[in-house]
Amino acid sequence: MLRFVLTRLSLIVPTFLGVTLLTFAMIRLIPGDPILLLFGERSVDDAVYNQMKADLGLDKPILVQYGYYLWDLAQGDFGTSIVTRTPVLSEFLALFPATVELSLTAMTFAVLIGLPAGIVAAVRRNSVFDHTVMGASLTGYSMPIFWWGLLLILLFSVTLGWTPVSGRMAVRYFIEPVTGFVLIDAWLAGEWGAFKSALQHLILPAVALGTIPLAVIARMTRSSMLEVLNDDYIRTARAKGLPPWRVVGLHALRNALIPVITVIGLQVGALLSGAILTETIFSWPGVGKWLIESIRRRDYPVVQGGVLLAASIVMLVNLTVDVMYGLINPRIRKGR
Amino acid sequence: MAADTALAVRHSPAPPHPLVEFWRYFRQNKGALLGLAVIVAMTLTAVFADALAPHPPAEQFRDALLRPPIWQDGGTTRFMLGTDDIGRCMLSRLIHGARVSMVVGVSVIALGLFLGVVLGLLAGFFPGPVDIGIMRLMDTLLALPALLLAIVVVAILGPGLFNAMMAVSVVVLPGFARLTRAAVLTELSKDYVTAARMTGARLPRLMFITVLPNCLAPLIVQATLGFSTAILDTAALGFLGLGAQPPTPEWGTMLSDALQFIQRAWWVVTFPGAAILVTVLAFNLMGDGLRDALDPKLKR
Repeated sequence: MLRFVLTRLSLIVPTFLGVTLLTFAMIRLIPGDPILLLFGERSVDDAVYNQMKADLGLDKPILVQYGYYLWDLAQGDFGTSIVTRTPVLSEFLALFPATVELSLTAMTFAVLIGLPAGIVAAVRRNSVFDHTVMGASLTGYSMPIFWWGLLLILLFSVTLGWTPVSGRMAVRYFIEPVTGFVLIDAWLAGEWGAFKSALQHLILPAVALGTIPLAVIARMTRSSMLEVLNDDYIRTARAKGLPPWRVVGLHALRNALIPVITVIGLQVGALLSGAILTETIFSWPGVGKWLIESIRRRDYPVVQGGVLLAASIVMLVNLTVDVMYGLINPRIRKGR
Repeated sequence: MAADTALAVRHSPAPPHPLVEFWRYFRQNKGALLGLAVIVAMTLTAVFADALAPHPPAEQFRDALLRPPIWQDGGTTRFMLGTDDIGRCMLSRLIHGARVSMVVGVSVIALGLFLGVVLGLLAGFFPGPVDIGIMRLMDTLLALPALLLAIVVVAILGPGLFNAMMAVSVVVLPGFARLTRAAVLTELSKDYVTAARMTGARLPRLMFITVLPNCLAPLIVQATLGFSTAILDTAALGFLGLGAQPPTPEWGTMLSDALQFIQRAWWVVTFPGAAILVTVLAFNLMGDGLRDALDPKLKR
C-alpha cells in the first residue's frame, strides 16, 4: 500500500514541476518588460529600474531565475499583487473558503439528485423516466453554464423575486469568520437571519455550478448500475427472493458506486473551471472571480500565483481520489 | 440466368462495406441523426449567412433600440427576434454567430487534432525520452482545469478571437495526443506493421500511411465531441471578455454585452445562449452516436 501511494506521489512531481515551468514561463512570455509590468501605469527611473532588476534576479541566467522561483515557492512566496501590494498566497487563502463553500454545495446538490435519478433510470431501463433523465442529463452536460446562471437569475431573481442576484450575504449582516464558510459561521453564531440570507445567496450559484456534475453523475450512475444489474450475483440475490429494494439498494449499489465515486472526484477540475464562470455571474467573492479580475487589471503576479495554487489543489485532490480508489479497490493497487 | 446470378450474389456472405455497416449502426440512433441534422443546418446557415441574414450583423438601427421579438407587443416583422441595445438585429447577429462558431470549431479541432496526432505518433513510435517528454507535457496540460489553462494562454497572447481559439486548441490537444499514442501502441504490435517494416517502409510512411488510418475511429469520435468543447470554451472566453471582442457577433460575447439589460430585455440574453446550447447538444448527440457506431467493443 505504501508503495502504491509513493508511486502515485512520484508521478505527480514531474507534473507539478511542469505547471511551475508553465507559470514561470507565462510571466516571461507576456509581451513587455516584466519590471515595467510590475510598475503598471507608473513610470520608473533608471536607478530604480536597475535596482529592481537586481533585486528580482532578472539579470541572472534564466535557469538560475527558475531556481529562485522554485525556492520562493518552497517558502510559500507566490508573488505579490501589483495592485493591492499584498502577498498572493494570503489573498488566495482569504477567498478560497468562498469557492470551496460554493463547490461543496454544488457537489452536494449534484449527488443528491444525480445519484437517485441514475439508479431509477437504470432500474426502469427504457421507460419514459429513463429517457427523460438521459435527455435532461445530455442537455445539462451541453449547457453553457454562464448562460444557465443568467437564466436562473432571470427567472428566480428578476421575475419571481425569490433570491438575491449577487454576493454571499445581505450587507446588513456581519459574521465573524471562524471556518470561512458563511453558512457554518452564521449557524455557529446563532444568527438565523444571516443564515437564511447566506442560504438564499448560495442556492442559485450552487445550482448553476452543480448542473454539469449532476449530468455526469446521473449518466455514470445509470451505466454503472446497468452493468452491475446483469451480474450473476444479482440474479442469485433475486432468486433467493430478496425484496427488489434490497437487491438494488444494497447489493447492486455498493459495487456500482466505485466508478461513480471516481467520477465525482475527477469533477474537481471541472468545478474550478465552472467556478470561474459562476462566480463572475453571481459576483461571488471567490478565487475564480479574483483570477478573472486580476487578468482584466493586468495584475500578472496574481494570475501567475493564483493559477499555480489552483492547479496544485486540483492535482492534490486528484491524487487523493486516486489513492482512495486504490484503498477501496485492491485490483487497482495490485495492477500497478 | 441473370436471376440466378443475382440470387447467388445475394447469398454470398460478403461483408458489407465498412461505411455501409457504419451507417447501419448510426441510423439506429435517433438522437445522433437529430444531431447530424442540426449540424448540417448550422453549417448551411454559416455558409449562407450573408444571404440568410435580413440585415448586416453590425448595422445599427437607431430608431429601433431593444425592440422585442415579433410575437411580443412592439415587435415588428423587420426584426423577427428583436434588436439589442444599439439597435442591431438579433436574428442577423445570431446567423452570423453560427459562422463564427463553425469557423471556431473547425479551426480549433484542425489545429488541436494535427498537433495532437503528430505528438501522439512521435510518442508512440519513439519510446524512451521522447515519449516521456511529450507525455509529461501533456499530463501538465491536463492537470490544469480547461478554462484555467485557456486563461493562461490568453493572458500571454492577449484577448481576441484568434488567441482564444489558440488557447482552446491547447486545451483539446492533450486528449488527441493521448488517444493517438494509445492507439499507436496497440497497432505497433500487430503483424501488418511488422510486414510493412520488412518490406522497407520508411518511418513517415509507417506513421502516416500504415498505422494512422487504423487509429482513426477513436479520433473521429473525440474530434466530434471536441467540437462542443471548442465552441463552449471559446464562448466562455468571449463571455469573460477574453475572447472575441465586440462588435464580432460571437454568441458568448453577445451574452456578455447583454448582461446589463437582463432586467429589461430577456431576448438579448436568451437567444445567444440557446444557440450555443443547441449547437453543443447537437455535437454531443452525434459524438455519442459515432462512438456507438465506431467502437467495436460496444457492437453486438
